[in-house]
Amino acid sequence: MTRFILRRVGQALIVLLVMSFVIYSLIGLMPGDPIDVMIASNPGATPEVVAHLRAIYGLDQPIMLRYWYWLVAALQGDFGFSRTHSQPVLEVLGPALLQTCKLMFASFILSVLLAFALGVAAALKPGGIIDNIVSLFAFAGISVPVFWLALVMILVFAVQLHWFPASGISTVGDGGFNDYLRHLVMPVTTLALANTGHFTRFVRAAMIETLRMDHVRTARAKGAGEGRIVMIHALRNAMIPVVTVMALSFGSLFSGALITETMFAQPGMGKMIYDAILGNDFNLALTGLLFATLVTLLSNLVADLAYGWLDPRISL
Amino acid sequence: MKFRAALALLLATAGAATAQPKHDTLTIGIAQFPSSLQPDIDPEVVRGYAMGFVIRQITAFDKDWHNTCLLCTELPTLDNGLAKIEDLPGGKKGMAVTIKLKPDLQWGDGQPVTAKDIAFTWKLGSDPSSGFSNGNPWNRATKVDVVDDHTAVLHLDKVRSDYNQWDQILPEHIEGAIVAKDNSAGAYINGTNYNRAPINPGLYDGPFIITSYESGNQIVMEPNPHWSGTKPGFKRIVLRHIENTAALQANLLSGDVDMVAGEGVGLTIDQALSLQKAHPDQFHYEFKPSLTYEHIDLKKENKLLADVRVRRALLMAMDRQTMVDRLFQGKQPVAATWVNPLSPMYDASIPVVKFDLPGAKALLKEAGWTPGSDGVCRNAAGDRLAFELGTTAGNRLRELQEQVLQSNWKNACIEVTLKNEPARTLFGDTLKHRTYTAMEMYGWSSAVTESPFRTLGTSQIPNQANNFGGANYPGFSDAKMDADITAVDGELDPAKQKAIWADMQKLYADQIPVLPLFFRAEPHITPTWLQGYTPTGQGDVSSYWAENWHAG
Repeated sequence: MTRFILRRVGQALIVLLVMSFVIYSLIGLMPGDPIDVMIASNPGATPEVVAHLRAIYGLDQPIMLRYWYWLVAALQGDFGFSRTHSQPVLEVLGPALLQTCKLMFASFILSVLLAFALGVAAALKPGGIIDNIVSLFAFAGISVPVFWLALVMILVFAVQLHWFPASGISTVGDGGFNDYLRHLVMPVTTLALANTGHFTRFVRAAMIETLRMDHVRTARAKGAGEGRIVMIHALRNAMIPVVTVMALSFGSLFSGALITETMFAQPGMGKMIYDAILGNDFNLALTGLLFATLVTLLSNLVADLAYGWLDPRISL
Repeated sequence: MKFRAALALLLATAGAATAQPKHDTLTIGIAQFPSSLQPDIDPEVVRGYAMGFVIRQITAFDKDWHNTCLLCTELPTLDNGLAKIEDLPGGKKGMAVTIKLKPDLQWGDGQPVTAKDIAFTWKLGSDPSSGFSNGNPWNRATKVDVVDDHTAVLHLDKVRSDYNQWDQILPEHIEGAIVAKDNSAGAYINGTNYNRAPINPGLYDGPFIITSYESGNQIVMEPNPHWSGTKPGFKRIVLRHIENTAALQANLLSGDVDMVAGEGVGLTIDQALSLQKAHPDQFHYEFKPSLTYEHIDLKKENKLLADVRVRRALLMAMDRQTMVDRLFQGKQPVAATWVNPLSPMYDASIPVVKFDLPGAKALLKEAGWTPGSDGVCRNAAGDRLAFELGTTAGNRLRELQEQVLQSNWKNACIEVTLKNEPARTLFGDTLKHRTYTAMEMYGWSSAVTESPFRTLGTSQIPNQANNFGGANYPGFSDAKMDADITAVDGELDPAKQKAIWADMQKLYADQIPVLPLFFRAEPHITPTWLQGYTPTGQGDVSSYWAENWHAG
């Protein structure tokens, strides 16, 4: 087990190194730099000033040289300075990561709970009324665009009903737990609904397959109750493919909540990375994307370890 | 049971949403967020807006576009003796400009704002390694004499018409330590307290100070206890960043934000017009024509565009007024040149070229272009009168305008194909390296009395020599225009200034290096109870007078 973990950590480090090079090069391939856009809107941007600013931000250096400087500093724990936030990268990353964690964990747990409840209920009687209703809900969740869902939520619950605030993470001057909870309800629900559809379909499919297996039939023949059959004999076996899907989704949650964060003005990782890429903020974009990659790699490692726990026959 | 308890808690917290204190706090929605709070480095419109509440320029153009004092007691002029022409070594002429600060100015920590702060700001701003790129550069002065606590004399390197336009002063007692510690290139940008400690009250000399700053999310401001001017009308002003403009509208309707900033950092004009149509009485709407000039650059090297008659025919075939009426309900004034009618330098004798399709066709015929069987004009050599028109992809309004113009020009036997690119590609490559073939449509911002040096000066044509740093993207080059620009930048007599400006506008209207479209109108959407709010339409934004805002 220890050898397996060490091997996977080593692989992860190599992936991170390659990814850092690829991401840096791709951002560098984008035309122009932030100073170019500034020229059109700033009367003070004379060619001399522009040249000075490019030198100060290091934009006059070849991209490979800039990458090398970044890598050497990053290996010493200095991830550089964010140009678009005018703060050290780690100081920008910290609050965004915290905000994303709150949003993501809450929505992930909610969507997993919903998916298991709905998926199992649907799988018990494939083609039945419950299955049809759950499938309709799941397909709606999969096909409805997140920005539309978010907008509808805002219009119904903020504009019409005034139940929840339309944006932000807390009310200025309040900041209590209830206030914080109220700001989290709509973004968490939106994200959870968007993810539940996918998860539900996987749980349903895995459960239908497992419930047809010999060991389940044997348990039924031995007179085991339906609840025991589902929870003990079927669900654990059905979780293996579901865990893989959820592990992959968990990693992408850290970089993929851009739309929800933008619509509800939640300053999280997705929006931060997106803005950093558009703003040619190499240091921030790179560190953010590498972090998202790391989370994906780690969640896959956790999934691999979970296989062994779920099915002892699987050897790591 | 637990579920019921949770539901009860949820509904209780939901019900609390509407229990907000009335009008002590003004929450303003903004669709962009400043990348920094340092006012002089790489200034953005949204930063100018945010900083307008908390730190003031020495002078600013007011709502009527008149230069006025914000921190000084009297605007320096030759007439009042606060500005003088002085002799420089080598027989050159310079200027001595006396700034007299208001005597009771204080930073937010109670320290007085003094002439030493002016000298400090000048020294820092003149050093290229500091990265200052503010609109009124400090390096215009070669020396600063501190006469007393409230008086400084700035010695300029030459006679300049912008001698009495000066930006923010920085607090030496806060920022001095940063500069003293390390003055290498980039050190100040990374170390300035405006970014590292933005809630330090000593950084601000305006009516408000920043009390909370969450990068990318919101800025909270409260009254500056040491402000000696008009007492602010709000206990708190919150700038909340909501990037998605559909969500921004929803926040406005739900009451989560009280108003949306104009100044190009809030809703687009079509969104504001739709909102006004749907909710005419819920808010106060004001559409303020601004200095942002929408236009189409014509590439000088395009051989078909070399003939001024073709350029004029393009202009005459554009039905700009109908386009503005249909798309923007007539709120955006059609432009004759780059000079806004609200500018003191505007020459009303230069007419806006009216839509004249027969006239355009006649002019093309005179230039040797006759319609072919496919409806597109050809000349004797068989060339088709066809151009590419580009703009920023994804900008819905510009894309609509393109389609209208394409249709207009088709009626005049001019074929136009559309080739749009993302803003980064357009500004970062196509315009910068002038790789476009014929026409590019975009907006341009300038200062109230800024000469067209950057956009029409020959030296500003982007090329290898200036490291592609210029902004004369059409490649316009005219000796008379260059001479006028040089003359107007050094002319102090207002009457002579106006005559030179008139000459430049005439040259522009005659030679048509650019097809003028219109001046963008800024949609300001404010609560009906807000009083004292005055949009300016130019770079010195409404927040420079935020102490006058109050609930009525």
